[in-house]
Amino acid sequence: MSESASKDSPEQAEFRQYCRTWLASNRPGDPPVRLPLSALEIMTTEQMAYLQAWQQAAYDAGLVGCDYPSEVGGGGRSDCQRVANEEMMAARTPYFPNIIGLGMAAPTVLHHGQPELKQRLLPRLFSGEDIWCQGFSEPGAGSDLASVQTFAERKGDKWVINGHKVWTSLAHFAQWMILLLRTDKSHKYDGLSYFVVPISSELGKSVTVKPLIKITGETGFNEVIFDNLEVDDGYRLDELGKGWQVAMTTLLHERGAGELQTPRAGGLKGKGSHASTSGNLVELARNTERDGRPAAEDPLFRDRIMQQLICETGLAQNQRRARVPDLLDHPMRLLLQNKLLASEISQDTSALALEVAGASASLYLGDDKAPAGGQWNLAHMNSYGMTIAAGTSEVQRNILGERVLGLAKSK
Amino acid sequence: MKQPDNFGFGEEAALLKASARKFFNEKLPTSTLHALVAADHRPERGSECLWDPELWRQMVDLGWTMLAVPESAGGVGMPAVAVAGLAEELGRAAFPCPLLGTINASYVLAACGSGGEQALAEIAQGRAASLAVTNEQGSWAPGDTGVTDSAGKLTGTAWYVQDARKADRLLVSARSDAGIALYWVASDATGVTLHADTILDLTRDQAHVSFDNVAAVQVCSNGLAALSEALPAIWTILAADMVGAAEWQLQTTVEYVGTRQQFDHPLGFFQAVKHPLVNVMLQIDRAKSLVYNAACAIDNEPERAVQYAHMAKASASDTAAFASGRSVQLHGGIGFTWECFVHLYFKRQKHSQMLFGDAAWHRARLADIVIGPVPQAAA
Repeated sequence: MSESASKDSPEQAEFRQYCRTWLASNRPGDPPVRLPLSALEIMTTEQMAYLQAWQQAAYDAGLVGCDYPSEVGGGGRSDCQRVANEEMMAARTPYFPNIIGLGMAAPTVLHHGQPELKQRLLPRLFSGEDIWCQGFSEPGAGSDLASVQTFAERKGDKWVINGHKVWTSLAHFAQWMILLLRTDKSHKYDGLSYFVVPISSELGKSVTVKPLIKITGETGFNEVIFDNLEVDDGYRLDELGKGWQVAMTTLLHERGAGELQTPRAGGLKGKGSHASTSGNLVELARNTERDGRPAAEDPLFRDRIMQQLICETGLAQNQRRARVPDLLDHPMRLLLQNKLLASEISQDTSALALEVAGASASLYLGDDKAPAGGQWNLAHMNSYGMTIAAGTSEVQRNILGERVLGLAKSK
Repeated sequence: MKQPDNFGFGEEAALLKASARKFFNEKLPTSTLHALVAADHRPERGSECLWDPELWRQMVDLGWTMLAVPESAGGVGMPAVAVAGLAEELGRAAFPCPLLGTINASYVLAACGSGGEQALAEIAQGRAASLAVTNEQGSWAPGDTGVTDSAGKLTGTAWYVQDARKADRLLVSARSDAGIALYWVASDATGVTLHADTILDLTRDQAHVSFDNVAAVQVCSNGLAALSEALPAIWTILAADMVGAAEWQLQTTVEYVGTRQQFDHPLGFFQAVKHPLVNVMLQIDRAKSLVYNAACAIDNEPERAVQYAHMAKASASDTAAFASGRSVQLHGGIGFTWECFVHLYFKRQKHSQMLFGDAAWHRARLADIVIGPVPQAAA
């Protein structure tokens, strides 16, 4: 951290000191409940209440929305969210629950919303009072996102929305949704529009939220069904038929390549939480006996664990090199690799852990003999969520091949 | 972390890299390189030493051989990240010359203390050098040498000497009564014989060098320490060369699959072609980031340099293998011919892959550091 601090502008240096002081006395105590690995897996109202209280406190202190204009509830600072994030990570605070709001809805609303709408929505988004979810994918529109069929029909100055969204994380807690839909069935891309719509206030009326059970047995995401939801035209973010361009703003930020830093906090580990890192893998290999000696002494496992360590270190160094223009061949080349690499490395590391674990890899959550309490199995299964969500690895490779290498667009 | 955010890759380093790319592009475009080194396709060609000594003289005049020579010895003393930038461009051009060997010798000599100063001064004056430090088994462990020093005279054979016939001086490791020591020998000195190896790589030459009672200047009595100190830089600079060569392989193949049409589309339209090329890019970027991280550690965080350099060379070796295979395969039939330029890089990368340790060798050393050595079984 000291070395990041040495590059601070005067504004950043002063703000860093402020964050550090505030966090020293205001970092929340240990959570009363087990926290999942990320906000997307929040299941209970107790978890949500604890995390919302933390986000509200951090917002009140000025650590959330730092670089957004003050008229929309932001801090009006310049390149300071990064500083706040570094200090919150260093202080090992909990993460923020309104991850979709902060990471995707806020930059999209800021860029494309009308002034009154921004002033109304963004302060409550930053504080975490309003939780946001994302209505993009549908049963018939996954990787081919632009084929969404949810339809809004014009009725005076209102729109009437019908359709079916899936994989909607946090919808069961959400007050608001960013919604990609169709206002014209005759044009694929040019028929799309982009809305913000209320969710919780319409439940049991025109909106239904049904939990989906994941491969792990956990809940976390949902189906959302719209049955004649009526909204004002003021909730539309795009110039009619330009919804795809608005969605691109969202997706760029979702994949970490947008220009606005997402407020990020974290590091505080709830009971029994666990990450798929090569460090944890080495620990497992030291503590697992295979053929009468620790797996950490087996040359094949050693080689493969080192491969994972090298991939992990390479990704961290990519993120560092992405900020050194003289060492970049193309401005987006490293940024567009982030999500693909992070998800695949985590998948491979957890898969290797299960091989190292041998027979004990059969044991799952709840078995007291399971390595890391069964979390490696859980992490490995969850890793497929990461290689599928937000553009599958296959779609990511298309994007990289087309946008960075300039190869012809695949169908 | 003591490393600067930008790897310490400053303005001077960026200028050096850009001017090196321009120099290689202008002086030795790939078609000229092919005409220079690949006119003869017979295997015997592999024992020849084909290069352009005039271009090398221009490189010496540009000061590139002095970059890794400390200022105190009359050199420029540029940081390792800057040298890595130059090596990346050298690899992108697959340029035949003794630059890597000369830089390697500079790093070892700089670790020799006062004994190395005279030799470094000769490098600063434009002498090209090569390391003669490997035994017949091709061991990359420092100190495994086939040469011995008895009463100040060298006898034996050093193997796998790179660009031996382009070098004016050899830095030889030999076993003496006091352990492994290092010696500075003119490659045309009495009793030194260069036996050309027949190699696959057309952009290098290689020899085993026999010493018959050769009078030599000892530059360092603790050769093991000096070699060990210099090895991270040697691995990293070679890895940088391989990253540059892999980027050439990627861009050349991307260009080809954008032009060649089959089934009414350019080949790059098909995901069976597109995705492997993206995978090549992912590997190159990983290796490149690890190279600059290792170089920056050499400059700023020497206690982490060994482990980061192991990562860089392991990653570069895997990248070289993968990029080479895909560059030939995705060129299809033409890629299988001598006239297509990809074979030049394929062969250079195959050579670089094992040079100074292949990927598995580096990962095994890395595991010894990160996990700890494997206890020897009780007898």
